[in-house]
Amino acid sequence: MKERLYRNLQQKIVTLTLVVSLAPLLILGAVLYYQFENAGREMTRQQIRYRAQSQAEAVDLFIRERTAILNVMADTHSFDHMIEEQNLARIFEVMNARAGAFVDLGIIDSRGDHRAYVGPYDLLGRNYYDQSWFDEVMIKGHYKSDVYMGFRQQPHFIIAVRRHEKQGSWILRATIDPIRFEEIVRSAQIGRTGDAFIVNRERIYQTRPRFEGNVLAESTIDPQQFGGRVTVVEMKDWAGENRLYAGSWLNDNKWLLVINQQPLELMSRLFAMRQTEILIITLGVLAIVTTTIFTTRLAINRLKKTDQEMIELNAQLVQSDKLAALGKMAAGVAHEINNPLAVILQKTGWMEDLLQEADFKESENATEFRQSIAKIEEHVERARKVVHNMLGYARKMEPRLEDVDVNDTLNQTITILENHARINNIDIQVDLDDAIPIIASDQAQLQQVFLNLLTNAIDAIGSNGAIDVVSRRSEDRIVVDVRDDGPGLSDEMLRKIFDPFYTTKDTGKGTGLGLWVSHSIVSKMGGNIHAKNTPDRKGAVFTVEIPIVIPEKK
Amino acid sequence: MGYFSILVVDDEIDLLETLVKRLQKRNIDTVGVKSGEEALETMAKKRFDVVILDVKMPGGIDGIETLREIKRHQPLTEVILLTGHGSVETSIEGMKMGAFDYLLKPIKLEELMVKLSEAFEKKDLQEQKIRKARIKELVRFPGRVFQQEKE
Repeated sequence: MKERLYRNLQQKIVTLTLVVSLAPLLILGAVLYYQFENAGREMTRQQIRYRAQSQAEAVDLFIRERTAILNVMADTHSFDHMIEEQNLARIFEVMNARAGAFVDLGIIDSRGDHRAYVGPYDLLGRNYYDQSWFDEVMIKGHYKSDVYMGFRQQPHFIIAVRRHEKQGSWILRATIDPIRFEEIVRSAQIGRTGDAFIVNRERIYQTRPRFEGNVLAESTIDPQQFGGRVTVVEMKDWAGENRLYAGSWLNDNKWLLVINQQPLELMSRLFAMRQTEILIITLGVLAIVTTTIFTTRLAINRLKKTDQEMIELNAQLVQSDKLAALGKMAAGVAHEINNPLAVILQKTGWMEDLLQEADFKESENATEFRQSIAKIEEHVERARKVVHNMLGYARKMEPRLEDVDVNDTLNQTITILENHARINNIDIQVDLDDAIPIIASDQAQLQQVFLNLLTNAIDAIGSNGAIDVVSRRSEDRIVVDVRDDGPGLSDEMLRKIFDPFYTTKDTGKGTGLGLWVSHSIVSKMGGNIHAKNTPDRKGAVFTVEIPIVIPEKK
Repeated sequence: MGYFSILVVDDEIDLLETLVKRLQKRNIDTVGVKSGEEALETMAKKRFDVVILDVKMPGGIDGIETLREIKRHQPLTEVILLTGHGSVETSIEGMKMGAFDYLLKPIKLEELMVKLSEAFEKKDLQEQKIRKARIKELVRFPGRVFQQEKE
């Protein structure tokens, strides 16, 4: 019952302390946690947006450079000059030396016929008149194609420029090396999960993506999502994982350069920081929990101890209150008994007086009368003694202070009882501590106490047994144990043994006052007396504690 | 001891009567009364050598008050107090006021007899002393002693 109260209290304290101390820590932790994530995400978006933008600029520059060199060649050389194969080859050589990444170069006249060609494929004589790009380049003057298979059955794209001459317009067309182009696009891809590629408005891959899909295949990415120049979108990728996509439209607004990456990879350093944070907070929580539980347990234990002391103190108070009240009552009752006793004694006295007279002396029952009177007087005397003892002890004077050697007193007391013990075959063992000091106390009263305890021990054993008498010093007290190997004490006896008139001896043998008186004497000395059973439950131990009062020097 | 007279004062009638009978049986001139008032009244009519007085008498004037009155009017009369345990202090107080001694109840007649003879002895000595003093006085101032005697 009591234990449960303490447990509840402990739980309450622990819970309250933990809530109050952990809540701010956890809130702070959570805020930091999400702040980290948000900041990280924002940083990652910025990073990838910037990369997409700069990469798109690089790709634009690449195409513009090549378009420009194509323009210069067309503007500075005549059609007649160009269709000479060695001239065209020379120009092709110069172009590759200056800019590079050209696969082939060809001249197409105004009827769409491929008039001259330098390159690895057999394209000479092909006609492009019906191709849509032919019209476009004729009208707009320049053209960049999407990637397509064309006659050569290889994915590639071309750039073409138109030149007007008096005899008609013609087109200078070059194929861009798809491998070089892809390298340039790819240079924007970083890390384990990064990718960079180009899609056109029709969702067709213009360069091969790193992971899923192929050039000229349809992409899962919808370019319409990417409005403006540079847009960052987070969405699920082919594997169902979150990915950041940054799309930047090239200058011609036909191709979209896409850079993507798993945000987790970009934020790995942030995650490391976050883990450190979690670790620190976890350690903090552990420290708080441990400390709280430890200190609470400490406090509860201290409380328990104080409570226990309080309970013991209360029990002692109740005991002395009870004894005081009983003492008062006993005194009152005894006084009331004395008066009738006095009358009885006088009446029997009178009867004895009368029996002396001659007529009675001769009576045959005179002896019987005399014996009866003697018995009555004997029992009145017994009652008188009880009352006398009781009243005498109840109003015992304050202890007289003299130099008392407790060991000597014990020895004297044992000497008084030695014969009595020997007759009953009881061995009294003595183990006295020589180091206990002489104290200022009342020897007669102490002897009375020891006498009571020893008599009780002998009576408890009856015959054949042993009594141990031990004296020792415990801090500021002298402690005397009187241990017997008698039957021990019942619970009732333990409760009532110091009450007046409580006796388990045969009627007439004990007054039930001895231990009560001993208790009063020791209490008045500021000491303490208590009874318990020996740990092995073979007999009882009475312990007297007497405060050490050092006698004043004379 | 036949020529001594005793007054026993006790509110316990049974005790009083028996004690008186027992003392009378021993040829002691004994009168018993059951209160302090009666005692003082009786003493006004008759002189007693010793008064046996119960200290604790509820109702009326108590033992100590009676003792004070007796000692005021007849300082030579010896008083033996009967006391219970609860009133030992009162008895000691009584002895300071001039009581001869006190006995703890219940008393044994033998004890009482011893105390009585001691008291008689003391009273005797006391009276002898006074008589001698009177004789001396008579020699020096015959008229005054005679006057006192008349009272």
